[in-house]
Amino acid sequence: MGVIMKVTYFPGCTLKNKARDLDEYGRKSAEVLGITLEEPKAWQCCGGVFTTANDEIATKLSSVRLLRSAKDADQPLVTVCSACHNVVKQTNHAMKNDIVFRDRVNRYMAEETPYNGETTVYHYLELLRDVVGFSNVAMAVKKPLAGKKIGAYYGCLLLRPGKVLGMDDPENPRIIEDLIVALGGEPVIYARRNECCGGYVSAESPALAEKNSGKVIDNAAAAGAEMLVTACPLCKYNLEKYSSKLPIVYFTEILAEALGIKEEVNE
Amino acid sequence: MQRIGVFVCWCGSNIAGTVDVHAVAEALKTESGVVFSTDYQYMCSQAGQDIIKNAIHEHSLTGIVVCSCSPRMHEATFRKTAAAAGLNPYMVEIANIREQCSWIHKDMLSGTEKAIILGKAAVAKVNLNAPLTPGQSTVTKRALVIGGGIAGIQTALDIADAGFPVDIVEKKPTIGGKMAQLDKTFPTLDCAACILTPKMVDAAQNENIRIYSYSEVTEVGGYVGNFDVTIKRKARYVKEDICTGCGLCTEKCPQKKVPNEFNLGMDNRRAIYIPFAQAVPKVATIDADYCTMLKTGKCGVCAKVCTAGAIDYNAKDEFVKEKYGAIVVATGYNPISMEKFDEFAYSQSKDVITSLEFERLTNAAGPTSGKLLRPSDGEHPHKIVFVQCVGSRCENCAEKGKEYCSKICCMYTAKHAMLIRDKYPDTDVYVFYIDVRTPGKAFDEFYRRAVEEYGVHYIKGMVGKVVPEGKKLLVQASDLINGKQLHIDADLVVLAAAIEPDKSARPLATMLTASMDTNDFFTEAHPKLRPVESPTAGVFLSGCCQGPKDIPETVSQASAAASKVIGLLVKDHLTGNPCIAQSNELMCNGCSSCERVCPYGAITYEEKEFRMPDRTTKLRRVASVNPAVCQGCGACTVACPSGAMDLNGFKNNQIMAEVDAICKM
Amino acid sequence: MNNTELKKEILRISGVNVKKCMKCGKCSASCPAYDEMEFHPHQFASMIDNGEIEPLLRSDSLYRCLSCFACMERCPRGVEPAKLIEAVRLTAIRKQGANRMTADDVPQMLDDNTPGQLLVSAFRKYTK
Repeated sequence: MGVIMKVTYFPGCTLKNKARDLDEYGRKSAEVLGITLEEPKAWQCCGGVFTTANDEIATKLSSVRLLRSAKDADQPLVTVCSACHNVVKQTNHAMKNDIVFRDRVNRYMAEETPYNGETTVYHYLELLRDVVGFSNVAMAVKKPLAGKKIGAYYGCLLLRPGKVLGMDDPENPRIIEDLIVALGGEPVIYARRNECCGGYVSAESPALAEKNSGKVIDNAAAAGAEMLVTACPLCKYNLEKYSSKLPIVYFTEILAEALGIKEEVNE
Repeated sequence: MQRIGVFVCWCGSNIAGTVDVHAVAEALKTESGVVFSTDYQYMCSQAGQDIIKNAIHEHSLTGIVVCSCSPRMHEATFRKTAAAAGLNPYMVEIANIREQCSWIHKDMLSGTEKAIILGKAAVAKVNLNAPLTPGQSTVTKRALVIGGGIAGIQTALDIADAGFPVDIVEKKPTIGGKMAQLDKTFPTLDCAACILTPKMVDAAQNENIRIYSYSEVTEVGGYVGNFDVTIKRKARYVKEDICTGCGLCTEKCPQKKVPNEFNLGMDNRRAIYIPFAQAVPKVATIDADYCTMLKTGKCGVCAKVCTAGAIDYNAKDEFVKEKYGAIVVATGYNPISMEKFDEFAYSQSKDVITSLEFERLTNAAGPTSGKLLRPSDGEHPHKIVFVQCVGSRCENCAEKGKEYCSKICCMYTAKHAMLIRDKYPDTDVYVFYIDVRTPGKAFDEFYRRAVEEYGVHYIKGMVGKVVPEGKKLLVQASDLINGKQLHIDADLVVLAAAIEPDKSARPLATMLTASMDTNDFFTEAHPKLRPVESPTAGVFLSGCCQGPKDIPETVSQASAAASKVIGLLVKDHLTGNPCIAQSNELMCNGCSSCERVCPYGAITYEEKEFRMPDRTTKLRRVASVNPAVCQGCGACTVACPSGAMDLNGFKNNQIMAEVDAICKM
Repeated sequence: MNNTELKKEILRISGVNVKKCMKCGKCSASCPAYDEMEFHPHQFASMIDNGEIEPLLRSDSLYRCLSCFACMERCPRGVEPAKLIEAVRLTAIRKQGANRMTADDVPQMLDDNTPGQLLVSAFRKYTK
């Protein structure tokens, strides 16, 4: 496949450290699928969670800088971590639609031209669905997942708030399931795939994370899933820490596997 | 020069409380054309009307201005008063100094000032008024009812009973509508079929009623008293007049895998089918989407087994043109799609069903022969959760739900819950509600019986998530009274889905030029005083097409609509509204602007010969208004670039005179 | 600030109209942290409307909310309880010395796999 698009790629902090798999499998797969990921020279952490209070400015500036660098490069911005995606997309939405917030941010940053939410933000999954197309992904598959029963775990950050993120139906998402089908696997639908794993509250209340993660995995296992895929390092951490019932992998890993480049990445 | 009388009404203290009525009468005395001015406590009373009549005689008035309430309230009253005194009723103008003045002002000074301005504007207009005479048109003594549910059937029966012929157009192969799918009806629990099917048979046997089943209205023209309607009779591939309804074809048809819409897809039917045993007309229909013969030309089993020879694979859609005096819309409702409410797992589990599906599951003629069995495994459910208001009262979800209350759900859920407990006392029933709304005769008592006699668990709170796991449905919900989050392992979850107007309503409204609200319910001419008439003359509303309603209310409205139709059809002639548009042909440049904006299709163009100044003649294209169709909205007068189009009673110079009178202040 | 001022402040920074609430409880029915909370999402809406802010400011419920937005997504009226909880939490931790978490807490949170995302998110939610 030739290069079909160049995009600004934001890996985020965790993908440089504990979630290298999510990053590296994603980079290599994008290459195969004709997407050139260009990482900005300098970026800062998104902050991990979006603060909904409309008087919070400083905590959203790193995202605005990132969005602006994509605008300057005249490229869409792609994130792969659910949390980064949530923060960056919500910030962009606020920059586009909340005039008071936008003006305050622009005055504070005092750049020559204001940023008004012009950048298109894609999650890596949206890039596969809307730019590459799942049918083209399917054609690039070298080692189909051969009917493997895989449960998609969306958690909360990938889908909600639905009206802001606009990624998929927040109560009945299909995007990861459709990817699994494209890769030759068999998606397993289970109701708790959009319920929270416990998130950052595991720092304060491990018991809550244990309960929530356990419920998610039990529900997936009861529905017949043999493994779960996620796009979020924190989800993966919580699910693995509190239940060993099912293997949890990043969606980029099964993508790389099906594209036949998993070994290449690990070399 | 007009001789105008001004009559200022106090309306008790309604007007006089904030408007100095004497000052208004005094101030208007000096206006051009005014020869008499007075005020009185209640101008609409007999004594008040007499003041007007006497003044007309004594002062030889040629026009009058009544400063009072909204013309919607008493314009007709004062026009009659004027007519009784020998004055043309269109020489009466109302200055609305109540709704538009006294009620919205707080101090006497500004209230009085504004009342005087409004009075002056009305006087300025009357100075330019001319007597108007309404035209007359004939009435076709036949009614059309669109939709053959309980609303349409009742309306048709009542019209037919009065001796007028009436046609029912029903898009499905049988009449009966939603009510035919119901099991029992609240609050008396009589079986829906037992009370509906006799009415269906009555309709079929009534010599004044003609049923066009499997048919749709495709075109409507004309106007009140004289509608021209085209009806498409969809090809059913079975000759309706020959088929005996024996049903042999529906047993022998080899195509067995067609989702049965009557049972909401919970079982299958054949490609040739009769929707249900009591269908009217009891005639088979071939579903062209599934019939092997129609698709591939190979089969023909039904034709072979039909002893009557009713099968006709070459049938085509037919179009019938018919004239009607009145049209009744009875297009009904449907439950909304549950697809976007998957927090309740409707798309994930067969055991999460809608209330209408539940009706079929408990109906003796349904897919389980009336036994309450789980759709997934056919087992008897022991714990059932009902969720109210799914998609109703939903302000945040315009793209999937409805902002309004669907009105019927509280009662049918109480009915379902009660019937389960009555038939299966070993089954626990939970109803999650936001409010229980039971404002109907014997309704609250009915709901209380469900709680007190039948032990249904009513829980104030909403369900947040349903998780299918194994054979159970884990329901996570709020119990607001006890301050708990509940977790119930249910066997069956029933969703009270919001209801919405049938999808056919919107295009039909366009054809009828009848107005709709943002939810696609037909708008009534007045929400309180004219609830069964649409604002379009000759178009009437029956049942859920106008708003959510239960069966008793639907039947009441259906009969009310019928009486309005009868009131129209008994007349030999209709008196029109003389305040209609009129085109000055000499000024008309034939641009069609008016034709394009006319919401009623009242304007056509014709080629007409005109004598030119040089005595030659020239053919010109000019607008012509059909006085029976025009409703006097005035849209054309605004669109007309040459000023040729004018509205009688609201002529451009009259409006400008009013504006001038106001601006002079 | 007294309760009236606090209410005004919370409504302002959250941008929420609590009057839209029809008290159906779907937010609390959706909440995955319900059992860990003293005050639940629907109570945040009604207590803020009533001006009872002090008890909320003192409650650990502020730190149990997962910000998973399930309440926001499922509210039929668009009330957005998660934004209310966020606004109260910020009002609490913006006070001097009111940080819920300090650097000293980090070592006990760490294991071999702890992702940076966890620490970053927790600090953003619990400190100012």
